[in-house]
Amino acid sequence: MTAAIVFEELEKGQRIGERRIELSRADLVRYAGASGDLNPIHWNEEFARSVDLPDVIAHGMLTMGAAVQLVVDWAGDPGAVVDYQTRFTKPVVVPNRFGTEVEPSTALTVTGSIGAVDADARTVRVDLAVTAPDLSAPGADPATAAQLKVLVKAQAVVRIA
Amino acid sequence: MPVNPDLVGRTYPPAETYSVGREAIRDFARAVQAGHPAHHDVEAARALGHADLVAPPTFAIVVAQRADAALVADPEAGIDFSRVVHVDQRFTHHRPVVAGDELVAELHVDQVRAVGSGAMVTSRAEISTVAGEKVATTVSSLLVRGEDQ
Repeated sequence: MTAAIVFEELEKGQRIGERRIELSRADLVRYAGASGDLNPIHWNEEFARSVDLPDVIAHGMLTMGAAVQLVVDWAGDPGAVVDYQTRFTKPVVVPNRFGTEVEPSTALTVTGSIGAVDADARTVRVDLAVTAPDLSAPGADPATAAQLKVLVKAQAVVRIA
Repeated sequence: MPVNPDLVGRTYPPAETYSVGREAIRDFARAVQAGHPAHHDVEAARALGHADLVAPPTFAIVVAQRADAALVADPEAGIDFSRVVHVDQRFTHHRPVVAGDELVAELHVDQVRAVGSGAMVTSRAEISTVAGEKVATTVSSLLVRGEDQ
């Protein structure tokens, strides 16, 4: 558990942490099942290419949902997130990878910082920066590929007790 | 434009009730790699003052996307789901979603505008309990790509 947050000590610009979130094809299938979003662009390479995508891509809502966990764990209560929004700018490409165990194909990097403090409402806005490697070219290496901003204006408003 | 502009202002009434179950919350939490104990352990959720397991902040999308299905399936709307791209998303929680909630969603089409040969459709789901308590408002913009997009 994180230490209790003291509202009066929070300031614009403070960083709340960083997280790396690995994603495999299995994670996309798991999200499809849990959410009911069975769009084949998230699990069928052939279908994804037929609609002009480079490969299978992660659900935008998986990226959005995973990224906010940094905020939830910092706040200490999932119920403290009263508003959360984002724009989806680039797809997170999840190429096929397999070995004797499921291997991650890519990873999101999430960093969060305080973008605004509202003393009257006792809320803070946490701004998230979320990137993933550009794996749109066949055989691209996640370790060296350029990092793309996959979410823009990802903002979570957190109520502080 | 591949979407009927007359959709603006249209409302789709709640369809079936969504019963929020503990295992659905746990499954969704695992799917978004949400390890906070309040999603998994009832006692941990109660220690934070919640009635039962708390859903992750984006769980309401499950209820909202069921409501969106009414719009996508409406033959008058003209939306080809295979050409849909999710452009933006917002959740406003009037209170957290917890296990045991019986939720309904009313869908509103707020905006339809041409984007090149395609169309941007902004819809809003007002999610409440069957008793009428407001729980969450979700707003989604979907780009329906035109033939050359």
